[in-house]
Amino acid sequence: MTISIDPQKDNNESLQPNGWLRYLSFSLDHKVIGIQYMVCGFLFYLIGGTLASAIRIELASPMSDFLPRDVYNQFLTLHGTIMIFLWIVPVVNGAFGNYLIPFYVGARDMAFPRLNAVAFWLIPPSGLMLITSYFVEGAAQSGWTAYPPLSITTPQSGQIIWIISVLLLGGSSIFGGINFIATIIKLRRPGLKLMQLPMYCWAMLGTSLLVVLSTPVLAGTLILLSFDIVAHTGFFNPVLGGNVVVYQHLFWFYSHPAVYIMVLPAFGLVSEILPVHSRKPLFGYTTMVYSIMGIVVLGLVVWAHHMFTSGTPPWMRLFFTIATSFIAVPTGIKFFNWVATLWGGKISINSAMLFSCGFIINFVFGGITGVALAQVPFDIHVHDTYFVVAHFHYIVYGGTVFIIFSSIYHWFPKVTGKMLGEKLGIIHFAITFIGFNLCFAPQHWLGLNGMPRRVAEYDPQFEFVNQISSIGALLMAISTLPFLVNIFLSFRNGKDSGNNPWNALTPEWLTTSPPPVENWEGDAPLVEEPYGYGYSFSEKNKKI
Amino acid sequence: MTTLDSSKEIQKNTSEVNEKHEDFRMFGLVTFLIADGMTFAGFFAAYLTYKAVNPLPEGAIYELELPIPTLNTILLLVSSATFHKAGKALLKDKNSDSQKWLILTALLGIVFLICQLFEYFHLPFGLTDNLFASTFYALTGFHGLHVTLGTLMILIISWQTRLNTGRITSKNMFPLEAVELYWHFVDGIWVILFIILYLL
Repeated sequence: MTISIDPQKDNNESLQPNGWLRYLSFSLDHKVIGIQYMVCGFLFYLIGGTLASAIRIELASPMSDFLPRDVYNQFLTLHGTIMIFLWIVPVVNGAFGNYLIPFYVGARDMAFPRLNAVAFWLIPPSGLMLITSYFVEGAAQSGWTAYPPLSITTPQSGQIIWIISVLLLGGSSIFGGINFIATIIKLRRPGLKLMQLPMYCWAMLGTSLLVVLSTPVLAGTLILLSFDIVAHTGFFNPVLGGNVVVYQHLFWFYSHPAVYIMVLPAFGLVSEILPVHSRKPLFGYTTMVYSIMGIVVLGLVVWAHHMFTSGTPPWMRLFFTIATSFIAVPTGIKFFNWVATLWGGKISINSAMLFSCGFIINFVFGGITGVALAQVPFDIHVHDTYFVVAHFHYIVYGGTVFIIFSSIYHWFPKVTGKMLGEKLGIIHFAITFIGFNLCFAPQHWLGLNGMPRRVAEYDPQFEFVNQISSIGALLMAISTLPFLVNIFLSFRNGKDSGNNPWNALTPEWLTTSPPPVENWEGDAPLVEEPYGYGYSFSEKNKKI
Repeated sequence: MTTLDSSKEIQKNTSEVNEKHEDFRMFGLVTFLIADGMTFAGFFAAYLTYKAVNPLPEGAIYELELPIPTLNTILLLVSSATFHKAGKALLKDKNSDSQKWLILTALLGIVFLICQLFEYFHLPFGLTDNLFASTFYALTGFHGLHVTLGTLMILIISWQTRLNTGRITSKNMFPLEAVELYWHFVDGIWVILFIILYLL
C-alpha cells in the first residue's frame, strides 16, 4: 500500500504561521523542528553552564561557603540532568538528526512528521518542570544517577519531579529514535543504497537502535523507583528487603549506552565535516560503518563496568573488563580513519575544522582514560573520584560539545544562508580549548590523589589545583560570549554564503541555502558518492 | 563503495518518488513494540535477579493459585484468535461480522481484567508486603495497563468498522492491523509473564 503526498501543495500553509513564529508552533517541517531542538537545547546549555560555573566557584575554596551543601547537591544533579537529557541528547540527535537525515536519504521530511513534533514538544515542558522544582521545594539531590537508597531518603517532591521529567524526556528520545530508524531504512530515495549513505546516517541508525533498545529499561526502572518513593515498596530499599544493585544494573543498562547515544552522532558529524574541509574522501567508509555497528553491539554489554565497587562477582568483573576494553578497537579504528582522512588533504584552517581537530585530541585523552577505567584494579582505586569526572567531561564536552560547535560553524550557512564570522570563531575555539583543558586536565590529578566527586567540601591540600580548574571553568563560561556575539552579528549582517560555500558534495548542499520548505525544487538528487572529493567524476567512473 | 547503473530505474520512478511512498506505519509500530518489550524485559530481569539473590524474610507469603491465571491465559489466547477472525472477515468486506468478532475480543479482554482484579482482591499479600509481592503487582499491573489500553482501542476500532463506508474498511485495514499486532504482542508478553511468574 502506498500513501499519496502532493509535493506542490504546502499542506501546513494554513495550519502554521510563517516567519519566526513557526519556530514556536507545532510545525511538522523537519528543518523547523531541527532548529527548535537546537535553540531549545542551547538555552538549556546556558542554564546548565551557569550551574556548572556555580559549582566551580564553590569548589574554588575547600569549605562550602558559596553554596549551602544541599543547594550544591541540587545544582550538581540539575547540571548533570540538564546537560545530558536537555542539551546533548536532544541536540546531537534531535537537532542535527532532524535537520540533516531527510536530506541525506533524499526525502522531503521525516517518516513520521507528527510524531517528530510531539517528540520535540515533550522537551520544553519537562525541562521547565525540572528547573522549576528547584524554586518550589528543592530539586532532586541524588545526582543524575539517582542511586537508591539516597534517592529514596532525600526530599521526595524534587525526586519525583525529576523522575517524571526524565520519563518524558526518555519518551521523546524513543519517539525520535523510531522516527530516525524508519526514515533511514524506509524513506531512502529509490536507487540510494545503504552503503552510499553519508556516515551521519549510519551513526544515527546505530544511536537510534540503542535508544529504542535501552531507554525503555530506564523508564521501567524509574517507574519502580517512584513506587519505592511514593508507595513505600521495597524494590531498591534494603531496609524493606530490596536490592540496590538491581537498580544499578538496570540504570546502567540504559546509561552506559546513553554515553554512545551522546557520542556516536558526534562521530557521524565529524565524519561529515572532516572530508569537506580537507578535500579528501572519508577514509575507510566500510570499516567506519562496521565500527559503528560494533560499538552499538558492544555498547549494550558493558554496563557493569560502572559497578566494579558494587560487590560484583569476579566473573562479572572479568567479562565486563574484557568487553569494555574491546570497545577501544572500533573506536580506535574510527580515530585512525579520521586522522587518515586529514592525512595529505588540502586542509582549510577554519572554525569548523579547528573544533573538529580539538575533538580528535580531546577524545583521544578521554578514550585512553576510558580504557584505563575499564581495568578493575585501577577503577577500584579511582572510583567516584574526580578522575571519573575528568574522563566523562573529556568524552562529552571535549568530544560531543566540541563537535556541536564545529557543526554549528559548518551548517550555519546552510540554515541561514550567511557565513559565521571566522575571527570570532577562532577566538571562540581558542578560549574553549584552553579553558576546557585547564578545567578538566588537573582533575585527573585530583582524582588520582583521592579527591571524591559530588562533595561540596574537600581537603585543603587540593585547593590550588581546584583553583586552576575553576579558572578553566571561568574561561569556558567566557568562551560562550564570542560565540553568541558571532551568531548575533552574522545573523544580522553576515556575509552571504551562497548555496554551497564549502563546495561540499553531501546532498544537503545540493539545494538552496536556506532550503525550500520541501527541501528540493523538483526531484531529490541521487548522491552515490557523498565523499567524492579530490578526483573528477570521469576519473571516479574509471576507478570503479 | 559500489555504484549502480540505475538511471533507467530512477527515471521510471521519478514521478513516484515525489508523490508516493511506501506505507511504513507498521514498521514504526513494530519498532515501538520492540521498545515496549524492552520495558518488560527490564522488569523480568529485575524479577529473576530478585528471585536468585534476594531471599524473602521468614514467613513471607509468595504462593500463587494457578486456576485464575490459567483461565486468563486461555482467555487471551482465544481473544487473539477472535481478533484474527475479525481481520479475515474484514478482508471479505463483511464489516458487521468483523465488528462482532472485535466486540467479542474486547469482551474477552474485559473478562481478563475482571479476573485479574478478582485475583488481586483474593491474594493473601498486598503491594508492600514483601519483594515478591511488589514485583508481582508491578509486573501484572503494567501488563494489565496494556490490556486496558488494548481493550479501549479494540472498542474504538469496532465502532469504526461497523459500516462498509466507515473509516476502517477492507481498503483501509491499517488501524485494525495495528491494533491486532499490539494485541498479539500483549498476549505474547502475558504468556512469558505467566511462565516466569506463575510456573517457574
